[in-house]
Amino acid sequence: MSKIQAVFERLQAQGRKALIPFITAGDPDPLLTVPLLHSLVLAGADIIELGVPFSDPMADGPTIQRASERALAKGVSLRKVLEMVANFRADNNDTPIVLMGYANPIEAMGIEAFAAASFDAGVDGVLVVDYPPEEASAFAQTLHRHALDPIFLLAPTSSEARMVQVGALASGYIYYVSLKGVTGSAALDVAAVAARIPEIRARTGVPVGVGFGIRDAATAAAVAEHADAVVVGSRIIEELERSSPEEACEKVRALVAELRQAIDTATNASRGMP
Amino acid sequence: MAVDVYDLPDTAGHFGQYGGVFVAETLIGALEELKEAYASAQRDPQFLAEFDYELRHYVGRPSPIYHARRWSELLGGAQIYLKREDLNHTGAHKINNCIGQALLARRMCKPRVIAETGAGQHGVATATVAARYGMECVVYMGADDIQRQMANVYRMKLLGATVVPVNSGSRTLKDALNEAMRDWVAQVSDTFYIIGTVAGPHPYPMMVRDFQAVIGRESIAQMLEHCGRQPDAVIACVGGGSNAMGIFHPYIPVAGVRLIGVEAAGDGIATGKHAASLTAGRPGVLHGNRTYLLQDENGQIIETHSISAGLDYPGVGPEHAWLKDCGRAEYVSIDDAEALQAFHDLCRLEGIIPALESSHALAYAGKLAPTLPKDKILLVNLSGRGDKDMHTVADKSGIKF
Repeated sequence: MSKIQAVFERLQAQGRKALIPFITAGDPDPLLTVPLLHSLVLAGADIIELGVPFSDPMADGPTIQRASERALAKGVSLRKVLEMVANFRADNNDTPIVLMGYANPIEAMGIEAFAAASFDAGVDGVLVVDYPPEEASAFAQTLHRHALDPIFLLAPTSSEARMVQVGALASGYIYYVSLKGVTGSAALDVAAVAARIPEIRARTGVPVGVGFGIRDAATAAAVAEHADAVVVGSRIIEELERSSPEEACEKVRALVAELRQAIDTATNASRGMP
Repeated sequence: MAVDVYDLPDTAGHFGQYGGVFVAETLIGALEELKEAYASAQRDPQFLAEFDYELRHYVGRPSPIYHARRWSELLGGAQIYLKREDLNHTGAHKINNCIGQALLARRMCKPRVIAETGAGQHGVATATVAARYGMECVVYMGADDIQRQMANVYRMKLLGATVVPVNSGSRTLKDALNEAMRDWVAQVSDTFYIIGTVAGPHPYPMMVRDFQAVIGRESIAQMLEHCGRQPDAVIACVGGGSNAMGIFHPYIPVAGVRLIGVEAAGDGIATGKHAASLTAGRPGVLHGNRTYLLQDENGQIIETHSISAGLDYPGVGPEHAWLKDCGRAEYVSIDDAEALQAFHDLCRLEGIIPALESSHALAYAGKLAPTLPKDKILLVNLSGRGDKDMHTVADKSGIKF
C-alpha cells in the first residue's frame, strides 16, 4: 500500500478529510522550502503538493506563475527540488509529498531517471499537468514500477469515458479541478462540485481531492463535506507574498491551521458530532 | 527521400513521436469539440466553398508567382521565383488561416475569438476577420512586444479588437500564448482560440496546415503553367512554421522537389542568441505538443532572439520536427545580417519590400542560387510584405524618422 493510500484509509477510518496544501519549491527562497514543508505538517497537512517551477506554466494563474518565476530566478531546477524533498525526509518520513509540474523538465531529465531519483528522494506521487491520460500511459507505468502514484486531473468537462480512462492509470487520488479556469481563479460552485464527486469516485476507484478556487476556510469546509481531500494553493502563495522571509513559516502555519480546523469542524458536523 | 503515402497526423494528432495533445484536462473538452467541428466542416462542401470564396474575394487569391529576373541574373545561377503571399489582404499569409478558423468559429456558434500575437501580424489578421464576421476579438500580446510594435497595436484597435498586454515571463510571444490558453480555459463556452501557427495541441497543427495548404496547391498549378515543371527546391522561413507548412505540404509527395525551411540564426547559432529550434534545439513538450525546443539543460524554455519578431519563438510546429527527422525536408539557418542584406537586395533589384521573416528565406535562396546551374528553379515563399518592418530596418541603418 502506498503512503498516500494509507493516509486516505486512516482518515476515512477516523471520519476525517485530507487537507493538501500546495507550495512552489524554492518560493520565496530555496532555503525556506524545507522549513515551510515542516510548518505545513505542523498545521495539519495530510499530504503536500510541491510545485516544480517551469518557465511556461500554462494551466496556472498569475499567482502560481509568479511563484514559479521567483523560484527560477533563484536557480531552482528539478534536481534541486528533489534535494529539498530528500532534506525534508531527514526529519519526516510520514507525510506524503506529491510533485506537481509540467512535462518538459521531467523529459529533459529522462522519465526513467526522474522516476528513480524521485523514489530515492522520498517522493510519493507525481502530477504532470500537461500529461493527460492519452499521452501518459508509459509514464504512469514507469511511476508504478518505482512505487510512485501517478495523480491525474479531472475537470467539469471530463466525460464518463475519460473518468474510466484516468481510473485505469491513476492511483493515490484524483485531483478534480473545481471550475473552468486556471489555478487561483475565483468563485467555486460547491453544489456543482458535490454533484460530480460520487461519479468520479465510482468510475476511478480512488479518492477525490478538489482544488482550483478554494480561497477561504468556509469554502474549504463546504468542499470537505463532499470531497475526500481539499487542495489549497494560490491562497497560500499569496500569504507568502505578503510575508517577510522571517514570518513566512508562521503566517503559512496559521493560515493552514485555520483551514484544518474549518474542515474538521465541518466533517464532524456532517457526521452529527458536536 | 520521396514519400509515397503521407497521411499524418494519426487520429491522436501524432507526427511520429511529435505533436499530440499535451494539455491540462481542463482543455480536453474544448479540443474534442474543436476536433469534431473541424472534421465535420472538412466534409461539408458548403464550408469549403465559402472558405474558397472568401480567399478569392476578400484576401485576393490566388496570389501570383513572380520570376525575380534581375535578382536571379545578378546571382548568376538558378532562377528564383517568388510566391507572392505579401500581396494578400493584410500583407501576409496569416489571413488564410484566420479566415478558416473564423468561419469554423461561426459554425460552432462562438461569438468571441481570441489570439496570441508576437509582432502583431497574426493579431491584425485575427482582428481583421473578427471585424469582417462581426465577432468580439481579444488579442494577447507581450508587454515588450507592444512597445516594439505600436503601429500594429493601433491597427488592431482600429479594427475593433481589445489588445491585452501580457506582463508574465519574458513578456513576448510565448507568454502571450500561455495567456490566451488561460483565457480559453476560463471562457471556453463562447470563445474560439485562433492559433496563428502550426503549433499547439492537436488538431491545431493539422488544421492550420490545411488552411495554409492553399499556398502550395496554387504553387503546383502556377509553376506548371509558368515553367512547365515543378521547382527544384521550395524555400520558406520557419518560426512556428505555418507559411512553410502551407507551401511544403502539397509538395511532400512530389518527387524531386527539395523542401528547405530557413530558421532565424539571430546573432549567430554559436552566440546562443537565435531562434533556430530545429537546428539547435532538442525535443520536448511545450504549448500542447512535442517538438524541437530551445531549452536549457533543466528543461526550462529559453528566450530567443531574431531581428524578425515573427520568427522569435522557442518551438516549432511538430510536423516540421517530423519532416526533419524523416529527411523529407531540410532545415538551415540565416542570421540577422544575412536576412537584412536580402531585404535590401529585393527592395533595390525587384521593387519589392519583403517582411524580415521572409527575408530569411530569400537570403538562403540568394546563397543557394549561385551554386546551381541557370536552368534550375528555386521557389521562395514570400510570406509577407515589409511595411511593418520599416522602423526596425531604419533603426539598424542608424536612421531616425
